[in-house]
Amino acid sequence: MNDSILTLVTFVPAVGALALMLMPRNDRALRWTALIISIATFGLSLLLPIYYEHGRSGFQFEVNHNWIGQAIHYHMGADGISMWLVLLTTLLVPVSVLVSWKSIHDRVKEFFVLLLLLEMAMIGVFLSLDMFLFYVFWEATLIPMALLIGMYGHERRVYAAVKFFLYTMVASVFMLAAVIWLYTHNPQHNFEYDAFRKVIGSGAVSPTTLQWLFLGFFIAFAVKVPLFPLHTWLPDAHVEAPTAGSVLLAGVLLKMGTYGLLRFNVGLFPDQAAYNSTWINVLAVIGIIYGALVALVQPNLKKLIAYSSVSHLGFVVLGIFSLTTIGTDGAVYQMLNHGISTGALFMLAGMLYERKHTYEFKEFGGLATPMPVYATFFLLAVLSSVGLPLLNGFVGEFLVLSGTFQSAVPHHILFTVLGTSGVIWGACYLLWMYQKVFYGQIHHNENKTLPEIDGRERISLVPLVVMSIIMGVASPYWMRSIEPAVTSTIERVAEAVKAQAQKRVIYRISESAQTHISAINKPNAASPVQNDSTTGGQK
Amino acid sequence: MNPIHTIDYIRILPELMLTAFGIVVMMADPLLKPGASRKSLGLLSLAGTLAAIAATFCQIAWLHRDPSLADPGWFGMVRVDSFSIFFHLLIPAISAICILMSLEYLDAQNIRSGEYYALILFGTVGMVLMSSAVELVLIFIALEISSISTYILAGYRRRNAGSTESAIKYFLLGSFATAFFLYGVAMIFGATGSTSVLKIAAALGDNPGLLAIAATALMIIGLGFKVAAAPFHVWTPDVYEGAPAPIVALMSTGPKAAAFAVLLRVLFATTSAHWFPLIWVCAALSMTLGNFGALMQNNVKRMLAYSSIAHAGYLLVAFAASNDIGISAAIFYTAAYAAMNVGAFAVVSHFAAGGERYVLIDDYSGLGRRSPLLAFTLTIFMLSLIGIPATAGFLGKYYVFTAALSPSAHPTALVWLTVIGLVNSAVASFYYLRLIVVMYMREPVVAEAPAPATAFMRLALVLAAIATIYLGVIPGKVQDLSMAGARDLSPTGTAVSALPPGMQTTMPVAITQAK
Repeated sequence: MNDSILTLVTFVPAVGALALMLMPRNDRALRWTALIISIATFGLSLLLPIYYEHGRSGFQFEVNHNWIGQAIHYHMGADGISMWLVLLTTLLVPVSVLVSWKSIHDRVKEFFVLLLLLEMAMIGVFLSLDMFLFYVFWEATLIPMALLIGMYGHERRVYAAVKFFLYTMVASVFMLAAVIWLYTHNPQHNFEYDAFRKVIGSGAVSPTTLQWLFLGFFIAFAVKVPLFPLHTWLPDAHVEAPTAGSVLLAGVLLKMGTYGLLRFNVGLFPDQAAYNSTWINVLAVIGIIYGALVALVQPNLKKLIAYSSVSHLGFVVLGIFSLTTIGTDGAVYQMLNHGISTGALFMLAGMLYERKHTYEFKEFGGLATPMPVYATFFLLAVLSSVGLPLLNGFVGEFLVLSGTFQSAVPHHILFTVLGTSGVIWGACYLLWMYQKVFYGQIHHNENKTLPEIDGRERISLVPLVVMSIIMGVASPYWMRSIEPAVTSTIERVAEAVKAQAQKRVIYRISESAQTHISAINKPNAASPVQNDSTTGGQK
Repeated sequence: MNPIHTIDYIRILPELMLTAFGIVVMMADPLLKPGASRKSLGLLSLAGTLAAIAATFCQIAWLHRDPSLADPGWFGMVRVDSFSIFFHLLIPAISAICILMSLEYLDAQNIRSGEYYALILFGTVGMVLMSSAVELVLIFIALEISSISTYILAGYRRRNAGSTESAIKYFLLGSFATAFFLYGVAMIFGATGSTSVLKIAAALGDNPGLLAIAATALMIIGLGFKVAAAPFHVWTPDVYEGAPAPIVALMSTGPKAAAFAVLLRVLFATTSAHWFPLIWVCAALSMTLGNFGALMQNNVKRMLAYSSIAHAGYLLVAFAASNDIGISAAIFYTAAYAAMNVGAFAVVSHFAAGGERYVLIDDYSGLGRRSPLLAFTLTIFMLSLIGIPATAGFLGKYYVFTAALSPSAHPTALVWLTVIGLVNSAVASFYYLRLIVVMYMREPVVAEAPAPATAFMRLALVLAAIATIYLGVIPGKVQDLSMAGARDLSPTGTAVSALPPGMQTTMPVAITQAK
């Protein structure tokens, strides 16, 4: 069973989608089937942590077959990073099915087919160890998501769907170019992750080329994360998407970007990751603060949550490019936390929309009186997102920031200080939001009689809220499998960072010497960046 | 003069089958009542294309028993090898699907004539012969057979001015282009004293001389017109817009594949150094002009015309790579493009209805609700044209760009061409996506719902969709055959060793190299 479990987890949703396609258009039956399939997938995926050998690094449950010729393999495997992301996906999909139970009443069949296809593609992205296979799944997430937004979204849905599609499509083309280049220069002539690692580590590829390849991967992932200034598709996509689309977009699709940064940009290119870490951290910090400030002034509930994602994902990127084990542990944990807390927030926003058909704050206020249970759930989700100790968000943010503090990346103290301010901003906009929705006077009479959330809605929220509490107090359970996986990825980068730091010291000394010695070394001093890149890459 | 043996007839068995069925269709046509549906003749022609495919399988079986079939036959004019077999399977299959569409289309357009089907068959004869001919004069004759049939077919909606315009434009420019080709043939005869591709390759060697280079350039112009590569593409949108939709499906794939086959045979008889810049420019221009032209179109047929220019550009990237991987990528791409494009035109030809009324992109609004089958299959074809993984289009592009990035004589120029190509395919996703967007995300604007598709049309759609997915997910066999074809074509015959082992075939190659 060890070698078929990943295949099962990935393709049970696809088989389910096929079954749904063939079913007659009975909405009730379709909903129940989709729910049962997604719960079954979640059940299957629970086997992963049960049979996983915690504390061991490297990939487990591996399955490797030839697919197209000898070059392209069906190679899947899970490690401590990808396994939990798969579980996050399989947890969020049944929840999304539940939350769409009533809000989707037109073209129900297509909706659940797309949702299950999306699940298959997302799981595949996290599990692929063959770069070709990875690219296939990566692009395969695009279509169902774009269709979900475009077919079931709100007023400006078509614009948002097309924007989302084009942004991601254009960016991933650069990744494809990098993947094909690596393949054609791989002496083993395959797309294996490990083989690519060897090609890059062999020293046969020039640092300039490696830099281009690094950027090729980076742009694809940075758009997905999304990193400032490539984030503009995100608010549009979130605001227009149906609730389930927002949950999966924020919960899982954005994690594909950060997962890619960690697995490929850092995992494949240790030297380039070290070399580029400074400006990437600058972008991450800008994202944290910019996202938070824009969230502060949003008059729209869903847009606020969307911008909070930009801010939170900035933390994840900061953690990864601190290039420390602690920071990256925190980043991985934060990916899971963000999926759960933001997923819950989007669901809650969606429930409000079903009642009021608007996300504008001015339509709300004082809702804690008619909807006390709803208000409690909302508060827990908000506090988890704020990063209150004993809830999950705290663990991730704390690890990220302490990792950044200990990092060897230049200006890391500044990044930590600015990043920490993001925590305060986060508390501001989230608590403010809570206040605007739930406290104060009820200005609109119809709000006095808003119906409380029903059993189905409560059931859909309970898993997420419970998880955010468990993950807040029992983080070591997750860390014991995340840590070895992260360590094996970060090890080599840490060496590169150290080497670069030494280079910088030497460079500074030589620079001050140069200013005294004057003319002879001027051409060298004129191009410090180039100089750094060549020496850094040759290590 | 050599006597003609039985084996010579095996060498042209598919052509014989097609011709025989074509003649029968012609003779049966007057026996039917005037004004009655010609569906029976259509079915007979369908049988003809299937017979041609069966005949090709006969050739494969024969090759296994007797490899001497691969020697040039018919006075050294025809050669059966993996390369020709690939196209002998592909082109009749294209024709078969186009006939399936026409069965419904002709009734909808009220066209009642049997020659239509006969012309498709005769055109197919020309196209398949282009892939197996190794004699430039025969290639020219085959080119003319296929062209003249398509000229007539393009004007088949006689009562429609656009259709007539399309036929005349196609005819005038087409004959002009064929003249270029013929001129090139004459010059290469002057340079080498032979019109046999095999002998030309030997005579030219590594240093072909100015006359031969000029001849190659002229032939590239002539064939560039046939494949609609920029800057010889200007006719395409007008002709595609006016011609009957099933015929556009045929002529955007069949003659194109055949012309690419000729281009491969002719170009690889000379060394790449002499035509590389020309092909590079053609490829870059075709991709860019095609995609940016398509962005502005409102008419689906014109959009697909520009898209076909762009796809010719991607194919030329594989040519520019000028290695074995490139040849096999080009061969594979013709099949991939045929599957998705024929499928797209099948939807267009059904949806257009009588008089081809509905051909604007906006007319497709809400199709997802009204006709889930049409919308779903068209979505598959569009995704494949974009190049989304798990479709034929993606693997085609992947092979092309792999060829371009593989070690070659012009690495930097090819990296740039790859970048141009990839940026282009990202741009292209915009206009293909538009069609998906209007189908699923907008309310219908056309008052009447599309008529339900006939069984034949549904079969054509489903076959094309299956082919698109098949080539995208399990392309192993087709890829093997295209690799074998590339090896047979390779002028040196030693290029196989230059392949990365990963690109070599896994399954036993169906047809062994017969050199």
